[in-house]
Amino acid sequence: MNAIFKSGLAMLAAGTMLATGTIALAEEPVKGGTLVTVMGSNPRNLNPAVQSGIVTGFPGAQLFAAPLRYDEDWTPQPYLAESWEVSEDGLSVTLNLRKNAVFHDGAPITSKDVAFSVDVIKEHHPFKGMFAPVESVETPDDHTAILKLSQPHPALMLAMSSQLMAIIPQHIYGDGQNPKQHPRNNTDVVGSGPFKLVEFKNGEHVILERHDDYFMEGLPHLDRIVMRIITDPTARAIAYENGEVAFGAFESLPRIINRLKNVDGLTVTPEGYGAIGPLDWLAFNTTKGPLADVRVRQAIAHAVDKNFIHKALMLGTAADAKTGIHPDSPFYEADVPDYPLDLDKAAALLDEAGYPVTDGSRMSLTIDFGWPGVKPQVEYVKAALKKGNIDVEVVASADFPTWAGKMGKMDFDMSWDTVFNWGDPVIGVHRTYVSDNIAKGVWSNTQGYANPKVDEILAAAGKEGDPEKRKALYSEFQKIVAEELPVYWTNALPYHTVYSDKIGNPPLGIWATSSPIDNMYLKP
Amino acid sequence: MNLLRSILIRIAYAVALLIAVIVLNFTMMYLAPGDVADTIAQASGGADPEVMEAIRREYGLDQPFIIQLGTYVGKVLQLDLGYSFFYNQPVMQLMLDRLPATLLLVLTAQIVALIVGVLLGVISARNPNGISSHFVTLFALFGYSAPVFWTGILLLIAFSLLVPLFPVAGMRDVTLEDPSFFTQVVDVLHHLVLPAFTLASIFLALYSRLCRAAMLEVLGSDYIRTAKAKGLSDRQIVYKHGLKNALSPVVTLAGLQFSAVVSGAVLVETVFSWPGLGTLALQAIIARDTPVILGILFFSALVVIMVNLITDLVLRTIDPRIRTGSA
Repeated sequence: MNAIFKSGLAMLAAGTMLATGTIALAEEPVKGGTLVTVMGSNPRNLNPAVQSGIVTGFPGAQLFAAPLRYDEDWTPQPYLAESWEVSEDGLSVTLNLRKNAVFHDGAPITSKDVAFSVDVIKEHHPFKGMFAPVESVETPDDHTAILKLSQPHPALMLAMSSQLMAIIPQHIYGDGQNPKQHPRNNTDVVGSGPFKLVEFKNGEHVILERHDDYFMEGLPHLDRIVMRIITDPTARAIAYENGEVAFGAFESLPRIINRLKNVDGLTVTPEGYGAIGPLDWLAFNTTKGPLADVRVRQAIAHAVDKNFIHKALMLGTAADAKTGIHPDSPFYEADVPDYPLDLDKAAALLDEAGYPVTDGSRMSLTIDFGWPGVKPQVEYVKAALKKGNIDVEVVASADFPTWAGKMGKMDFDMSWDTVFNWGDPVIGVHRTYVSDNIAKGVWSNTQGYANPKVDEILAAAGKEGDPEKRKALYSEFQKIVAEELPVYWTNALPYHTVYSDKIGNPPLGIWATSSPIDNMYLKP
Repeated sequence: MNLLRSILIRIAYAVALLIAVIVLNFTMMYLAPGDVADTIAQASGGADPEVMEAIRREYGLDQPFIIQLGTYVGKVLQLDLGYSFFYNQPVMQLMLDRLPATLLLVLTAQIVALIVGVLLGVISARNPNGISSHFVTLFALFGYSAPVFWTGILLLIAFSLLVPLFPVAGMRDVTLEDPSFFTQVVDVLHHLVLPAFTLASIFLALYSRLCRAAMLEVLGSDYIRTAKAKGLSDRQIVYKHGLKNALSPVVTLAGLQFSAVVSGAVLVETVFSWPGLGTLALQAIIARDTPVILGILFFSALVVIMVNLITDLVLRTIDPRIRTGSA
C-alpha cells in the first residue's frame, strides 16, 4: 500500500515536472553520504595544471574547477565562467567569472588567478598546443578575464574544460617555487572545485570532502569521496562485485568488463569517454623498407581481420575505429576507405608493389609492443600476416620506457600503440600526423608520416572558427589518412565505467571522471 | 672478543656491499633504454618534446654518467636518498611511509610460517608414515609450488567474493567514522589475514619440510635413545631434546630466507594492494624512478645484512658449539 502510494507520488511529481517543461529525472538527488570509489594507479600529484593524464584527472577535476564544463552532447556549459564570448575575429575570448566563487581557503577566485593559471599551464603542462596561441590574459576587473590570441583557436573551448584548465590559486602557487614540484600539489591542496582534500596517502587512497562554499548552488551532493588505489584489475573487479567499491572508471580488460556485466546490481557502460578518445592502432614506420609503400600498408590492413580483433580479442567490448578521431567525437567521419579481410586483394597489392612470393615469403617485418596487455594483438597480427606470406617477428620490450625510447627514435617496422584524442583534435590528434612533429618522442608522429596536404588541412582546421567548415576539413583529413594509412586503426580502447545501483548521476558525459562529479549522489 | 671481531668484520663487509649495491644498481638503471621522462609522458597521456627535455634537465639526466653517479653517491654518504622523480617527494619520506606496512606483513608472515611450519614438521616427523604426515607433505608441496600471486588471487576469490569474510585490498577501512584504537587494530588485522597467510604459505612449506627432516634425523640419534631409556615422557623427548636440536637448520634457513620473504612481499603486496615498500618498489621500477629504486635496494641490502647478523647471534644461543668456535 505504502509502496503504491509512493510510486504514485513519484509519477505525480514526474508529471508536474514534465508539465512545467523541466527535463529531470523523477528522482531527486539525495544529499550526503560517502562515496567509495577506486583508482587503478597512484597519481603523481593532484594538480592538473602541471600534470595531465586520467589518473590525476579524477581527483584533480574534483579539487580544481575549470572555466567550462561539457554536457554529453559536446556543448559547453557554464562552470567557473557563468558566460563567455568569442570576438568576431576569433582573437579574444572573454570569460565572465562567477562572483561568489571562492577557493577552499575562502579567498575569492578572481581573473588574476585565471591569468596566473594560464601562465602556469602554458609553461608546465605537457600539452603545449592547448594554449600556444594565447598571448596574454587581460584582467580589466576581478571577474572578467580576456584571453588574447595570436590566431583563432577553436580548440580553446575544450581546453578550457575538464582537467585541462584547472584554476589554481595565485596566492599559493605564486610563491616562487616551481609549480611542478610544489609541496601543495599533494598536501594541503587549496583548490577551486567542489571537493577539498582531506588526505592523499601514496599507494593507499585520496580522501576528499565537500567544499561547503562551492560556487554551484546546492552542489555537491556527496559529503565525502574515498578514492581507493587498487592497482590489480582482478582485485578491483572483486571489490566492485562484493560491494566494497560502488563506482569506478577506465576499466579496460574485456574479460573483466564482461564478467562485471553479469553481476546483479552493477551497471557497466562504455559511455562517457568521447573526449578522452582512446584509440588502438597498428603503427607503421613509413620511412623505411617495404612499409614506405602505401600499397604494402593497405595490403597489411586487408590481411588483418578487424572482426577477429573485435570479437576474439576484445570480446565485443570495443567499438570500431576507422580514423584517427574517436568514433564518439562530433568530428568523426565514418565514410572513409576501409579494409575488409581480403587476402586476394592483399596479394594483388603486394605483387603490384614488387614483393612477389619467394620461398614462401614476400618480406620479413618486426612488430613491437610496449606493455603486456596488447601481446594478443601483436601475436594475432603475426599469425594473420603469415597467411599473406609476410613473416613477422614479435619484439617485446622489457618495459614501457624501453619501448617508448624505440618509438621516439623510430627504431621499429610496426608497433601496437594506444593514443588518446584529449578533447579537441588540435590537442591529441594533430601530433600523430603533422610533419613538423616527426620522431619527437613517444606519441609524436613516430610513423615519419609527411603529407603537405595533411599539414595544410590540419593547420587550417586548427584555426577555423566556423564549426561546419572545421568539420569538413577534419573529414577531408580523415579520408586522406584512411587512404594512406600511416597507422591502421583497429578499435576504440574499451574503457568502461562501472557503478552500482546506489549511484545516481554517474559521469557519463564526454570526459568520464576527468570532470567534476558534483552531481553524483548516493541513493538511500 | 670473538663476537665483537665477527661483528666488526661483518660491518666492514656490509659497507663494501652497500657501495657495490649502489654502484651496480645505478649503472644498470643508467644502461637501461628509456628514462623517467618517458614514464612521466606515459602518466600524462603524452608530452611535447620540449617538456621531456625540461624533465631530463630538471633531474640531471642530461649529465654524463660519472657525474650523475658521483652526485648520487655523495648524497647517500650524507644519508640523503634524494627526491623521487615520479612523485617529487623525498625518497626517505616515501619509504618511511611504506615501511610499517611491509614490516607488519613480512614479520607476521615469517612468524606464522615458522610456528606453523615447525609444528607441522614435528607432527609429521613423529609418525613419518602416518596419514597426517602425508597430509603435511601434500600441503607443503602445494604451498611451495603454487605461485604466490596465484594463491593470493584464489584466496581473494574464495574469501572476499564467494564467502566474503575478508576485505579485497588495502590495509585499513578509511570509511570507519572515528574509530577507537582497538577498532583500528582489529581492522588492520582483519586486512592482514589474507596477505600474511598468502606470503606465509611458501615459507611454511619450506620450514615444515626442513623441520621434518631434521626431526627425523635427531629422533633417530643415540642421545634420544638414551633419553627414552631414562624414561622421559614422549613430549619431553620430542620438544625439549629433539626439537631444540632440530631447530638450528630451520633458524638458519629462516634467516637466509628473510630476503626471499621481502621479495615475495612485492608480489603479495601487489595482489592485495598492501601499501608497503613492495608496491612502491614495483611502481618505481615500472616508472624508472631511479632514486626510489636505489633507496629501496639500499635499504633491502641493509636489512638482509642485519638479519644475517641477528641469525648468527640467535644460532649462537641455541647451539653452543658455534659459540666456542668448534663448529
